[in-house]
Amino acid sequence: MSGIDIQEAITAAHRDEWARVIASLTKRFGDLDIAEEAAAEAFATAVEKWPADGVPPNPGGWLTTTANRKAIDRLRRENKRDDKHKEALVLTDDDPPEPLGAIEDERLRLIFTCCHPALAMETRMALTLRMVGGLTVPEIARAFLVQETAMGQRITRAKAKIKAARIPYRVPAAEDLPARVSGVLAVLFLVFNEGYLATGADTDPVRHELTAEAIRLTRLIRALLPEDGEVAGLLALMLLTEARRTARISASGELITLGEQDRGAWDAALIAEGHRLVRERLAARVAPGRYQILAAINAVHTSARDVRDTDWSQIVALYDQLSRLDSSAIVVLNRAIAVAELDGPEVALADVDRLEDKLAGYHAYHAARADLLRRQGRSEEARAAYDKAIELAGNTAETAYLTRRRDQLR
Amino acid sequence: MQYLVSVIDDKVNPGSTDRQPAISEFNDRLIADGYWVFAGGLADTESATVIDNRGGQAVFSDGPFVESKEYLAGVWVWETPDLDVALKLAAEASKVCDRKIEVRPFG
Repeated sequence: MSGIDIQEAITAAHRDEWARVIASLTKRFGDLDIAEEAAAEAFATAVEKWPADGVPPNPGGWLTTTANRKAIDRLRRENKRDDKHKEALVLTDDDPPEPLGAIEDERLRLIFTCCHPALAMETRMALTLRMVGGLTVPEIARAFLVQETAMGQRITRAKAKIKAARIPYRVPAAEDLPARVSGVLAVLFLVFNEGYLATGADTDPVRHELTAEAIRLTRLIRALLPEDGEVAGLLALMLLTEARRTARISASGELITLGEQDRGAWDAALIAEGHRLVRERLAARVAPGRYQILAAINAVHTSARDVRDTDWSQIVALYDQLSRLDSSAIVVLNRAIAVAELDGPEVALADVDRLEDKLAGYHAYHAARADLLRRQGRSEEARAAYDKAIELAGNTAETAYLTRRRDQLR
Repeated sequence: MQYLVSVIDDKVNPGSTDRQPAISEFNDRLIADGYWVFAGGLADTESATVIDNRGGQAVFSDGPFVESKEYLAGVWVWETPDLDVALKLAAEASKVCDRKIEVRPFG
C-alpha cells in the first residue's frame, strides 16, 4: 500500500470509527475524558504504525483495542497515585471485547449525552462535534470563531459537569425520547446553519466543513433512528439547502437569491435524495413536524426548473401549516415573502410591517421590507431599509448583495 | 448520587404562598420512592447572620452574605441514580412550589 493509500485509510478510519471508539470506551470506563484521550492516542498510534505494519484487517477493532489499552495504562498510572476506586475498573481488563454490532447503540448514547439539555447550547454543539464528529479542538474553535484555549476550556468544563452531575450515558426512556431527539436535531440544525450562514466580517460566507459535518451526523442519526420523521425531515432540509450551496454565492462572493440562481448549477443528486426523503414522509401519512414542513417547502422550490414555475400557493399553504406548529415571527416573515409572489408586494408588506416589534433587530426583516418597498418603487424608504439590513447583517455575502441592491436604487 | 435541590424565590415577583399542602404531598412521594434525604424551608434572608473568623477574632454581621433579588427559600437533598432522574423530579418540584429550582450535585 502506498503512503497515500495509508493516509486515506487512516482518514477513513477516523471518519467512520472515531465515534464508535469513543462510545465504546465511554461505556466501558464511564468517563468521556478518558475515552477522548485514549481514542486520540490510538489514532496517533495508527498514524505511527500502519505505514510500517500495514492497515489491520479490522481497523475499527484494532483502534478500539488499542484505545482500551491506552485507557487502562492511564488508569494504572493514576492508580499508582493511590486512587482506590479506579482499581475496580482496571480489574475489568479481562472482559471479552464487545462485538462490533452491539456498539451501534453506543453511538446513540454518546449523541444523547453530548446533547444533554443540562448543557448550554453552544457547549452541546462543541461537544457533539468533538466526541461524535471527531473534529479537533482547534477545528471547532475556528468554526465558531473563538480562541482555541476558550474552546478547550468549554469542552473540558462540559466533561467535568457530565461527570460531577452524573449526566447519564444512555438512550432516554421512550416517553422522553421525542423531546430529547428534538434537542439533538436542534444542535445539528444550528451547526448546519452556522456553516451555511456563517457570520463574521473576515470569514467565508459558507463554512462547508460545518454543513458537511452536520449532514454526516444527521445521516448517522437517521441510520440509528430510521423511523423518526423529523430526523428524515431535517436530513432532507439540509440536503435540499446544501444542493444550492455553490449556486448561492457568486464568484465575487455576493449572495445570489433563490430567484436569481442558476438552477442548472444545483446538485441534482442531493436534490433527488432530498425529494425521496420528503416523498417517504408524505407516504407515511403522519402529521409532519417542523423540519418535515421546512423540507417540503424546499422540495417545492427545488422542483421548479425556473423560478417562474414555482408553486407559490403550495408554499404559502405549507407556511400556514408550519405557523400552526411554530407561531414565531420568522415563520410569518417567510410566509409573507411567498405571499408577495402570489398576491403582490403591497399585501406582503402589510404582513411584514406588523412584525416590527418582534423583528426590528433582525437583518432579514429589514432586507424583506427593502425588497418589497423597492418592488413598489418606494426608493427612499427602500434605501433606509437596506441601510438597516446592511448594518445588522453578519454574513459577508449577504452584506455585499444588500449593498449592491441599495446602490442600484434610483 | 446526592443532589442539593434549591428552591429559588424572587423578592420582586414571589411565587404563590398556598403551596404547602402540595409540597407535603410531593415530599410523601419522594419518601415513598426512596429519593428523599432531607428537606427544609428557610426563614427570611433578613434572619441570617454571617460569621467571619478568618482574622483571629470572630466577626458577626447581620443579614445575608449577598443581597440579591433572587434568594434561596428552601432546600432538599435527594438521592437519585443520575441527573436525569433528578431533573425530572425538579421539573415537578418547580410546578409544585411555583418557584425556580436549581439542581447541584454534591462533590
